[in-house]
Amino acid sequence: MPTELLLGVAVAGTFVLYSLFGGADFGGGVWDLLASGPRKAEQRALIARALGPVWEVNHVWLIVGMVLLFSCFPRAFAALTVALHVPLTLLLLGIVFRGTAFTFRTYDARGDKVQERWGLVFSVASVISPLLLGMCVGAVVSGQIRVEGRAVVSGFFASWLTPFALAVGVLALCLFAFLAAVYLTAEADTEPLREDFRQRALGAGGAVFIAGLGVLLLAREGAPRIWGGLLHAPFALALHGVTAVAAVATFVLLWRRRFRQARVTAAVQAGFIVLGWAASQYPYLVVPDITLQSAAASPGVQRALVVALVVGLVTVVPSLVLLLRVFQSRSPRG
Amino acid sequence: MTDLLYARAQMGLSLAFHIVFAAAGVALPVLMVISDLKARRTGDADYRLLSQKLAKGTAILFAVGAVSGTVLSFELGLLWPEFMGQYGEVIGLPFSLEGVAFFTEAIFLGIYLYGRERTSPGLHLFSGVMVAVSGAASAFFVTLVNVFMNDPSGFTPTPAGPTNIEPLVAMFSPGWKYQTAHVLLSCYQASAFAMAGIHAFVLLRHPGSTFHRKALAVALPLACLTALLQPLVGDFLAKHAAEAQPVKLAAMEGHFETERGAPLRLGGLELPKGLSILAFGDPDAEVKGLNEFPREDWPPVAKVHVAFQLMVGAGSAMALLSVVTLVLRWRRREWPASRRMMRAWLLASPLGVLAMEAGWLVTEWGRQPWIIHGVMRTAEAVTPVPHLAAPFWTFTLVYLFLGVVVAFLLARQVAGTLPGRERDDAH
Repeated sequence: MPTELLLGVAVAGTFVLYSLFGGADFGGGVWDLLASGPRKAEQRALIARALGPVWEVNHVWLIVGMVLLFSCFPRAFAALTVALHVPLTLLLLGIVFRGTAFTFRTYDARGDKVQERWGLVFSVASVISPLLLGMCVGAVVSGQIRVEGRAVVSGFFASWLTPFALAVGVLALCLFAFLAAVYLTAEADTEPLREDFRQRALGAGGAVFIAGLGVLLLAREGAPRIWGGLLHAPFALALHGVTAVAAVATFVLLWRRRFRQARVTAAVQAGFIVLGWAASQYPYLVVPDITLQSAAASPGVQRALVVALVVGLVTVVPSLVLLLRVFQSRSPRG
Repeated sequence: MTDLLYARAQMGLSLAFHIVFAAAGVALPVLMVISDLKARRTGDADYRLLSQKLAKGTAILFAVGAVSGTVLSFELGLLWPEFMGQYGEVIGLPFSLEGVAFFTEAIFLGIYLYGRERTSPGLHLFSGVMVAVSGAASAFFVTLVNVFMNDPSGFTPTPAGPTNIEPLVAMFSPGWKYQTAHVLLSCYQASAFAMAGIHAFVLLRHPGSTFHRKALAVALPLACLTALLQPLVGDFLAKHAAEAQPVKLAAMEGHFETERGAPLRLGGLELPKGLSILAFGDPDAEVKGLNEFPREDWPPVAKVHVAFQLMVGAGSAMALLSVVTLVLRWRRREWPASRRMMRAWLLASPLGVLAMEAGWLVTEWGRQPWIIHGVMRTAEAVTPVPHLAAPFWTFTLVYLFLGVVVAFLLARQVAGTLPGRERDDAH
């Protein structure tokens, strides 16, 4: 495999992991906003308990993805930060308020009113951020961002304010909420709470299906190249096949209350949606003017980055496994 | 204001804000682990409470540091796309390694904060140590990027961008030892002085509080040690700047005319030959003045000069206080507790942060008009996006708000330890 392709896979990999972990944390915020019924407070407490130890770690995948993008494909990073300056800035505000409000809610125990207010900031930011993230992705695949030489010539608004980009934003929001609901069924410690999130997971799964269909229909007009890639590249088709199988499996498992297995198939489903996106826009990083090859760093840098990647994997993976083992086991005192 | 100035202001604001939280993220885990160790060795409940309080402080500050750091990683491109588009690959290696270090810091902080009851004591302590080590590593790597911007190496510049890139050479650009040591020390120093000041403040009101006396005794050794080491490291760094960035040194010292045996100007005072000795270790060495350089390559001299004087002044005051404290400690065999010394430590508590911010302004203003010294001008790197006033004011207001909230939350953590209110009130 050529080195730049390996690094491209690594960037896509960080996006997959960010969606599976960081995305689900945003989804947790969505369910915090939508908490309802007799167990409203318990739902929120479960979400807070699930996010507390891990949201910062999960968030790091985004930073790693950004760093890899500008180190491996600097010209693509420069073009994207110019063309998407406005939505990325808004996304940053969402990220800042989501993280700080969540932490402040935990440590600002002056009373229910104050905590409710922080909770509202946290949950609203959790809804806005995935929308914006999805809109940025939509802009990248749509082919609306045009680059001539090193200059972005397509303006600062038109590329991400399209129906297609908006549909991708909605899909991201639904997908993250779906993931969170499925994960929370497995985390819940009482039967009624588990049922609450089972219903939410089934509903969100339906929403993912509808939003996905919407994206597909709009892609024909809004992202013609991807429309072609989605339907014709055999590799991409295989990925979409896996997504479909995993989606059906998740639905069946949720229906039959096999929550631990449902968590796995839901993650596979979401991961393959993100991978399918990456594969269908290959070889473009920014459709249609910047490819993986044209934006790649020089070969010496690529080799150094592969070494850094290996160092990172060797350091981070065992630590992550440790973290998950500490917090997944149901300790008697936890 | 022009868009370039707004972009610089936004980057400056974001860094000035982030740097405080990043420094706390580097240093507080060390203090937290020290308290934890003392608690284990003595079984003393005060030390255990202290390590818990420090852990909560770390949690709040790290969360703000993590999100403000995310903002910065995006702003590199949002504000300076030409810089990142051309040189992103040259500085990618230290940034990637910083990402790794940040990752392990977040992971082990999660285990340390939330795993007290879920892990063995040994694993818990190990996690604390890992937080401290990864915090230091991430500060080290990210400082290497700034070293590169100050004195770039490891590539050949061409109008189309860098060629012949050697990532390792670029990562360890000249002067890296001094600048990374200077920055790491400043993190520990700023945090230890701030912590000492907080406990001195409480002790002035409640002189009998044993908890705060012990907390002060945890902060003071680190404060004194770093305050005494920092001037030495700073001197090495200034000597390197004299070689590598003579125009920056000239601006720092307000030195306009090239001369041999140059004096050191401190406020209205002149120390004969002082600058030549400081910069080159030789009383008759020639120190280049600003007159040697074309006007368009000058940094903003007055700002750099004032910021430098502030940093050196604050650093000297901290070193002096540390000497007095250590002498008293040595003579009386316990950390000083007189009201006069408590007042002095209270007054000194913001000096570490002040010196850190001033020192960072010296290096950033002092490098202007370049974003990469001698290679790319800041004006060439800035984004073509218009109306940069809007994000600048937005982030200014957001950061002001967050700063106020964090100060309030930390004050409440301290208030929870006041005599008569020693309870665990939050979380």
